This record gives sequence, structure tokens and C-alpha cells, in this order.
Amino acid sequence: MTEMPAFSLAVPEIWLLSMACVVLVVDLFFPGREHAPAFYLSQLTLVGAGWLALDAHWGMDEVTFSGTYIADSLSGLLKASVAGLAFVVFGYARDYLRQFDLLQSEFFLIGLFAVLGMFVMASAHNMLSLYLGLELLSLSLYTLVAYDRDSWRGSEAAMKYFVLGALSSGMMLYGMSMIYGASGSLDLAEIAAAAAAPDQGGVLMAFGLVFVFVGVAFKFGAVPFHMWIPDVYQGASTPSALFVATAPKVAAIALFIRLMEGGLGNLFSHWQDMAIILAVASLVVGNLMALVQTNIKRLLGYSAISHIGFLFVGFAAGSPEGYAAVTFYAITYAITTAAAFGVVMLLSRRGFEAESIDDMRGLMQRHGGFAVVMIIVMFSLTGIPPTVGFYAKWLVLQAAINAGLVWLAVVAVFAAVVGAFYYLRILKAVCFDSPDEQTPALQATASMRVLLAVNGAVVLAAGIFPDTLVAACRAAFGLA
Amino acid sequence: MIQLTIFYIFAAVLLVAATVVITSRNPVYSALFLVLCFFTSSALWLLAEAEFLGIALVLVYVGAVMVLFLFVVMMLDINLAPMREGFARYLPVGLGVGAVMVAEMALVVGSSSAEFAEGAIASTVVEGGDSNNVRLLGNVIYTKYVFQFEVAAVVLLVAIIAAIMLTLRRRGGTKHQEVAEQVAVHKADRLRLVRDPRGKHDNQ
Repeated sequence: MTEMPAFSLAVPEIWLLSMACVVLVVDLFFPGREHAPAFYLSQLTLVGAGWLALDAHWGMDEVTFSGTYIADSLSGLLKASVAGLAFVVFGYARDYLRQFDLLQSEFFLIGLFAVLGMFVMASAHNMLSLYLGLELLSLSLYTLVAYDRDSWRGSEAAMKYFVLGALSSGMMLYGMSMIYGASGSLDLAEIAAAAAAPDQGGVLMAFGLVFVFVGVAFKFGAVPFHMWIPDVYQGASTPSALFVATAPKVAAIALFIRLMEGGLGNLFSHWQDMAIILAVASLVVGNLMALVQTNIKRLLGYSAISHIGFLFVGFAAGSPEGYAAVTFYAITYAITTAAAFGVVMLLSRRGFEAESIDDMRGLMQRHGGFAVVMIIVMFSLTGIPPTVGFYAKWLVLQAAINAGLVWLAVVAVFAAVVGAFYYLRILKAVCFDSPDEQTPALQATASMRVLLAVNGAVVLAAGIFPDTLVAACRAAFGLA
Repeated sequence: MIQLTIFYIFAAVLLVAATVVITSRNPVYSALFLVLCFFTSSALWLLAEAEFLGIALVLVYVGAVMVLFLFVVMMLDINLAPMREGFARYLPVGLGVGAVMVAEMALVVGSSSAEFAEGAIASTVVEGGDSNNVRLLGNVIYTKYVFQFEVAAVVLLVAIIAAIMLTLRRRGGTKHQEVAEQVAVHKADRLRLVRDPRGKHDNQ
């Protein structure tokens, strides 16, 4: 007889699932004007989930549900960030969806389920929960990408994403089955114990590790498993692309750390080389491809690939310091990207998508405030102080150098310099080009303007006062 | 020995059937060969003494899912010619990548075949006179694995919501039956008595 699980630890998931079902039913009976009840309930759910996650998990280190669920500071931090990011995304999305006549409560509903999947991943202490959380997330993301079903681009992107995602899930499952064969358990603690044995679980374990690693790299979108990212960013409707670009990046950190550090950390010498190859390839390919893009969403896709390269630089360091830096990087990168998509959505209006870099022309003359937001965001993506992007890059590079990977740090810096070119190209359009004469006034609502302004301010403020978030990321990995 | 022979026969049938699923020109044939795939893999599971999974595969996939699948394939009139356009062009690349992967895996497994031998793989088999799959599964699925069980249920819920969201179209002009209005209707709403303009009353 197994003992009763500690349900109080899983309160964030329980709350999220119950509220998602409430939203589903409430919207059926009270669709309201523009699905307002569903929207506000979803936002309430996310705030509650973030708060509950911090409250129930921060400072804990407990395993429950027969060893399949872990509650520690890391899960608390990641869950709170995911919930916060989803909150921002929903805020941006509502305005845009209304303008494009796409507003349905299902966007928020599927988004909530995606957040639930990310929560499950963040707390997974068993390969089965990890995989199920990942599938819940992926399935929701495929749906969101196909959300605008009358757009053939969106359908095509969703189809590609679905097929490649299914393939990578298959790879990962195959690897997991090998690891299960080598260790005899799905429990990550027992896998870690098997990997700590003198023979490190043998060739079978290493064989499985390669497939699992490939699966994880697919989910990140690291080169050479990056093919889906540009198409999804460009093809999906902007709110869906925004969702794919933000919270799942943080959840991918959870996937990597739970699986590669928690379960297979003792095989670090096996996967460090793979992480380095992915890092270099992502940095080079992402930045070079981004140079030639004219579509800003596609550009942000390639830029995401180069930032994923930076994440893998931190993973290659393999130290708690490196993991803390990577966590900080992913969270702040997601916040910054949210603001970048926010500007794209701000400039879009009914029947017109501000997708091209040319659509940014003269933003400074037209709307100085939002041009400043764009400047801050681009500075942060480039890594120019005092924005938060600089600090994130600095932490990752520091961890890499402390781990003796000086040459990798040098490659990363060179890549960042190349990356500066295309970010500054956007800024040139924003600041120095003159606007088209017939560009109409902005149609964005007050709430969206406020949200965007706050988002830009956070990117700047987190760069000037990064201490709290850095301390939280370090504490999550047991660093003082 | 005889088990091994049976295994190889079923495995070979499975591989051939799976290949036909993706190469067959007719989607109905593809679906039927997928059924064959499910049958042979359930036989493989039976050989591995996972009889519950084997039976569930036949019941759920062959019995329910594939029947639905066949219905859909037969009802949709899909023109497959444009979908196959790139097939021949991308086939060499796909075959090349596949061949490299198979060769690499064969090298790893071949060079350390002792590691992959029967004894080297961690044993998770529960020995016991009356232990059977269903009982073992029943003991843990709602207790030890309740969390994963629930998450799997949520995955299915999302699949339902997503499928409805992506396919349900509320078009204008579709005819609905409003039962309440039908019941509440009065004679005056539907029936109008008019005087015959010719002024004749033949019926009287």
C-alpha cells in the first residue's frame, strides 16, 4: 500500500487545473462581451498559480506522489516565472485578437493548459511525469500555432511543428526506454544512482542519453534541430508566436535541468561535448541567418536560436553557477522578447500585420515612447548595458570561463557582436528613417499601451537592479 | 528458440506492414496495414509477457481508433496527388539520414553487444505465482501513478478541446432546431385565414 501523497505540495497544479475547467464552463454559459469573464478568470488563475507556486515550493526540498513530484525552490521559481510570462502574453493577446476578429476564449484556455504542462515539467521527478508534462505543453502549443485556422501559413507552421515535435518526442521516448533498461527505473533519483555506479550504467545508458539529448535539443530548437522555429514564429498568429517564444523557453530549462542535471548529471562528461556543439552551431547559424531577414517575426525566430546557443553555453559549463545563469538568462530573455512582440502587436491593426522591418520606420517620430521601449528591448537582446540582457550574458560567460571554456565564451561574444548588426538595423528603421505618410494612428487600447510601457520599464529596471532575481536563481541551485 | 523464431517472424511482418503504410497509394490500404501493424506489435507484447498492453492495443486501437480512422478516410475525398509531389524528391535525403542513423546505432550496439545482452538489462520483472499484468497495473495506477494518470487525462481533455476549436465553424445561415420556440408556437403564428378572392364556396 502506498502512502497518501502530500497534496498540499501540488496545490499550484490543482488550482490551475480546477480553474481551467471553471474557465471552460464559465465561458460556455457567460461568454460575456468579448469573453471578458474567461479572460479575467484566466488572469486571476495565473496570478494565483504563480503566488501558490512560490508559497508552496520556495525553500522546500520534498518529493511526494511516490517519488514522482518534487517541490523545491527551482520549481517554485520556474513556475512563478512561467505564470507571470503567460499573464503578460494574455494581456497582449486579447487586444490583438480582438482587432483581428480572432478572439475566442479557447486561446486563454489552451494557454492555461500549456502552463499546466510547464508546471508538471518543472516539478517532474520521474521520466513519465516529465514526458507527460512535455506532451501537454506541446499539444497545447501545436493548437495555438494553428489557432488562426483561416491562415494557410499558420496551418502549415502548425503541421511542421506537429510532425517535427512528434518525431522528437519519439526520439526522446526511445532514449528514455534505453535509460529505463539500463537503470531499471523511471525515477530520476534512481537513474542518477545508476549513473553514479562505476560503469555509469554502461553503453546502454549512454546510448539512451544521446536520444534523450536530441529530443531535448529539438524542444529547445537548438541547431541542427531548429527548423521549426522560424516557420512557427512567422506563420503563427502573433499572439501564438509570442506565447511559443516566451514561457516554453523557461519550461525548457526545467526539462533540461531535471533530466540532464537531476537524472543524468553524472554523465556530464558524455553530454558536455554535445552541448558545446549545439551551442556553437546555434550561435553561428542563428546569428548569420538573422542577418538576412526582413520579416521581423522571422528575425526574432533566428534571434531566439542564437539566444538558445547562449543557453547551451551555460549548460556546457555544467556547474550550479552555470545553471543559475541559464535560468536567469531564460527568464529575462522571455520578458524582453515579450516586449519585442508587444511592439509588433502594437503597430498592427485590423487587416494589417506590422511584420516587416520597414513597418517600424519612423516610430521615433510617430510614437516616441514606444520607440524608447523598442530601443531598450533591442539593446537588451544585443546585450548592451544597462539593460538586463547584458547582465544575463555576463553571468553565462562568467560561468563558462570559470568552467574553463574560455574559447567557447569568446565564440559567444563574437556571435553577440554579429547579432548587434541586425538588432541595430531595426533601431535604424525606428530612429532614423522617416515614416510613411499614410500610416494611420495606433489603434491599441490603453491597457496594451500601459502593459508595453511597464514591460519595457521592467527590462530596463531588471538590468539596473538585477540582484533580487539573480539571488533567487542562485538560491534555486543552492548557491549563496 | 521457438520464441525467438516467432519474434523474428512478427517483427518482420511489422516492418513490412509499417513500410506499406507510408508507401501505399491508397489511404484505405494504409489504414488496413496500420491495423496489421497493431496486431503484430500486440503479438510482440504478448511475447514480452505484457499481455494487458497487447490486449488493450487490439481493443482500443484496432477496435475503436482504426474503425473511426477508416470512416474518416472513406468520407473525406482527399486528392492525394499533390501531397505526394515532394515524396520522390526528398526520399534520397531521408533514406541517407536514416541509413546513417541505422549504421551508427548498429556500430554502437555491435561493438558492445555484451552490454545489450539479456542479462545486462536491469530486470524489472516481478516473479510470483499469481502475479499478472492486470493485477500489477491495477495496484499502482490509481495509487503510485495517480499524478501521471491525471496528467494523461488532461492531455486527452486538451486534445478534445483543440479538435473542437479547430474544426467547429459557426457559419451564418445554418439551420438550427429551437425546441422551445417550436413548443411555444401559437396557431396564429403559422396559420392565416384568407378569403377566397373568387368568392365561390364549393365546399359548402
